Amino acid sequence: MASRDIHGIDAPWGAFRHVGRDLRKVDGLAKATGAAMYTDDIALPGMLHAKTLRSPHAHARIRSIDAADALRLAGVHAVITGEHLPVTYGILPWTQDETALAVGKVRFVGEPVAAVAAVDEDAANAALKLIRVEYEPLHAYLDPFESLARHDPPIHEGRKDGNVSKHVHLAFGDVDAALAEADVVIEDDYVFHGTTHAAIEPHCAVGHYGADGVLTVWSSTQITHYVHRALARVLDVPAHRIRVIQPCLGGAFGGKSDPFSLEFVVAKLAMTTGRPVKMLYTREEVFYTHRGRHPMHMRYRTGATREGRLVGVDATIVIDGGAYSSYGLVTTYYAGQLLTGPYAFATYRFDSTRAFTNKPPCGPKRGHGSVQPRFAFEVQLDELASTLEIDPIEIRRRNLLGEHTTTVNGQRITSNGFARCLDVVEHASNWKTRHGQLPFGRGMGVAGSMYISGTNYPIYPNPMPQAAVQLKIDRSGLVTVFTGANDIGQGSNSIAQYLVAEELGLALDQVRVVSADTDLCPVDLGAYSSRETFMVGNALIDACRKVRPLVVRAVADHWQVDPSRVRFVDGVVVELDDPPLQPAGVAVGGEARPGASPPDAAAGRRWMTAAEAFQLAEARFDTLGATGAYNTPTLGGDYRGGTIGAAPAYSFTAHVVEVSVDVETGRITCEKVWIAHDCGRALNPMLVAGQMEGSAYMGVAEALMEAHGVNRFGLHAGPSLLDYRIPTTVDTPELAALIVESLDPEGPYGAKEAGEGPLHPAIPAISNAVFDAVGIRLKHLPFTPGKVLAALRARKDAAAGTPAPALAGGAR
Amino acid sequence: MKRGMSRRRFMTSVGAGVTTAAAVAAAPRVARGSPVAEAGRRVDLVLQVNGSRRRIAVEPRTTLIEAIRDGLGLTGTKPGCERGECGACTVLIDGRPRYACMMLALEAEGAEVTTVEGLMRGEALGAVQQAFVEHDAFQCGYCTSGQVMAVEGLLRQHADPSLEQIRQGLAGNLCRCGAYAHIFAAAKKAATLKGTGR
Repeated sequence: MASRDIHGIDAPWGAFRHVGRDLRKVDGLAKATGAAMYTDDIALPGMLHAKTLRSPHAHARIRSIDAADALRLAGVHAVITGEHLPVTYGILPWTQDETALAVGKVRFVGEPVAAVAAVDEDAANAALKLIRVEYEPLHAYLDPFESLARHDPPIHEGRKDGNVSKHVHLAFGDVDAALAEADVVIEDDYVFHGTTHAAIEPHCAVGHYGADGVLTVWSSTQITHYVHRALARVLDVPAHRIRVIQPCLGGAFGGKSDPFSLEFVVAKLAMTTGRPVKMLYTREEVFYTHRGRHPMHMRYRTGATREGRLVGVDATIVIDGGAYSSYGLVTTYYAGQLLTGPYAFATYRFDSTRAFTNKPPCGPKRGHGSVQPRFAFEVQLDELASTLEIDPIEIRRRNLLGEHTTTVNGQRITSNGFARCLDVVEHASNWKTRHGQLPFGRGMGVAGSMYISGTNYPIYPNPMPQAAVQLKIDRSGLVTVFTGANDIGQGSNSIAQYLVAEELGLALDQVRVVSADTDLCPVDLGAYSSRETFMVGNALIDACRKVRPLVVRAVADHWQVDPSRVRFVDGVVVELDDPPLQPAGVAVGGEARPGASPPDAAAGRRWMTAAEAFQLAEARFDTLGATGAYNTPTLGGDYRGGTIGAAPAYSFTAHVVEVSVDVETGRITCEKVWIAHDCGRALNPMLVAGQMEGSAYMGVAEALMEAHGVNRFGLHAGPSLLDYRIPTTVDTPELAALIVESLDPEGPYGAKEAGEGPLHPAIPAISNAVFDAVGIRLKHLPFTPGKVLAALRARKDAAAGTPAPALAGGAR
Repeated sequence: MKRGMSRRRFMTSVGAGVTTAAAVAAAPRVARGSPVAEAGRRVDLVLQVNGSRRRIAVEPRTTLIEAIRDGLGLTGTKPGCERGECGACTVLIDGRPRYACMMLALEAEGAEVTTVEGLMRGEALGAVQQAFVEHDAFQCGYCTSGQVMAVEGLLRQHADPSLEQIRQGLAGNLCRCGAYAHIFAAAKKAATLKGTGR
């Protein structure tokens, strides 16, 4: 399989024609004109609209549900409850603890209880009001520490470990001895609050049950394949009679990577009513659906030598998981497993516990599981630097992990451009002349991070490829790419087009991409873990290199020349000089098109269009096509959980952030972020920069603006985009995207991820910059004016010799 | 609308459009003599959309976004919140950006409604659309039609806006992919394209 083949970092035809250029996205025109079709844009003949009845209680037993009146309402076609969809599901095979509609009890405010299909949304909403549900409220656990301390009644019945969702304890080396011998040990508590994705497109799904017995579900999902599997399980329909399609998707960020209630509900209602059924969540429902960043309470102890070399890290983490497991098992591992770079430390231990609470379930959000520990650790590292009076960038340099090495927890590191990331942000921000030297109230901070570029953990263990593609080579000159990959705005369809055009020497418009349709496309696991470019990219190159020799041979035989003299450039096949020219010697105009006369033709060399070449090859070898696949090599530490966090490559990021702090109001303004990110190779620098900026923007917002929480009844604190404040144009700081290329030996042409890694350092870098600005260490997110003022007061009191009042973690 | 307003004020003013629309210059008026709202009862309405007159039957409570998407099939205008928070449904009403979810369809009678589809000239992209494509001013694309319309409205007020004017002019349109820097570049480019007569 493809993982055994290293495709290399070089251009397939001597020099890159498409890779490395700021090319337009394949869907750019459709998006700019409003023609792009999103799930809610689908309207089918006879389509019904469905709405969900949701729990008003955080924790309650359901005594009875009476839907008789709702069913009698004019326009209502069907009402379903948990008894109609009793089969459990969950994204991970070991934690299938959700049902599409509550069965027996509800575990958070907003949990789906019943659903109605009616002629329109108004009729469905009216019917919801007629459904009578009798609840028996139970004690609601809203604090993870309480959940762990007691579990009567438990949130999930029948579990051996009460309200513990997952516990992981892993130790590497003798941390206690290392910390005992350390010259300096910093120990402190850090709190990461909850945040959510808030994609502008709400979740939406359309179900259709055809006369042929095929169930089709269009859904705004980033994991078509897992939705396909879950639908088969829950609906008890064979998978081969289900088709899942992801139309154009309006933002996800991890928030659409679980199977969701509405996908099962529209499918079931379509099967029940015989009519197509659509459900679009309201903005409020999106907030209750959540799956956002887990709140974490983290205690870190970090030891170092006098010279600033790290000797040991010891972490204890309590994770607030919300009501269901979702990806929680992985989150609990990631909270520890992903901290072991970009710095080397010889001993490490972490103990992380995920607790169930009666709140909307948490899940994966951009930088899954590792953004929170990264915040804690990078702030602690900064404190270590100031304690030892070492420059914060210098202390990071002294602990570089390096490339082609292994981390303390056994993860294989290949390419690593982190040292250059530090150099680049240091230089771009004029760090040396500005850090520690700006006027009071203004400061600079640095932080680094590492993130996975795909994972070798395929969610359900199986030996099949993680990424697979299919190519159809048409005699018209068109190559169609079929990939299960989910383009969620990150541009995976565009990358597929660039790579195939590069490999086959075609013009961009000769490659079209069909994606995320389970009937048409080979399985790809989906858009999560920053895996698409790396894995699908490798699968595409694999497929291209299977079919390309056939076309080349057909042309070479036709011309009666050696195959090495046949070259594809921008859709034209030319005969090279004999002996073949060196790659750089091929001078072909920028916009050569099939049918156009290539420059070389003037020199009397032979040429033909790609279409003619495909026809020769089709005549010779029959219908042309190829499959390609990718699987990771064997990776990971040799211990239970050692493969979780193992990736075929890792990306690296460093940020320098400049802030100003208003000491009168406590308001922090992030002025500028310099983002240096090692993405291996930037296949399209414009798209990479967009991912870096979008990541940093989201990180800054998590630090300063956003907070996803519930009140004492478990009711969301503000399920709207006015209360949950995501940055507008005027809130967003200046973002400088500085691309660092390390050319990964196993990535497609050396590429690694860019979509998640660049989020991490923004948050600790802001805390570190605030320290530089006004001398306070912010360790509890979000950094609200109230916390800043309290810390400033505490600092002033400490300086005056009066005892400082304890800082309340939740003070806002 | 006043320039240089905050996002909240922008939204308040847009949200208040239901009651104060008539106060805004050349803003749509509630059709005189319209029947008092009666749920379920449809009334005929003629909308001037993208340069053509379209007759549809709507309930008095039907919002403009519902009329545009469901009634006229112009799905380029997107629902993101349907309560004036995100700006994804921004359209032009007599050349000014307005949230289509915060207006009743009836209020738009007599006004010139422009949606993202209306910026095309046949096959050719409008200047703003062209600039958005060139500058990769979107990722997922869901807020894009709203952003495009907000830029279009801004440029009709300010032919050559400063960066600050662009920031303020787009403050009512959320982009969760964080493509703002690319959107600013696209707005600048669009001003240039329009200036050269495209």
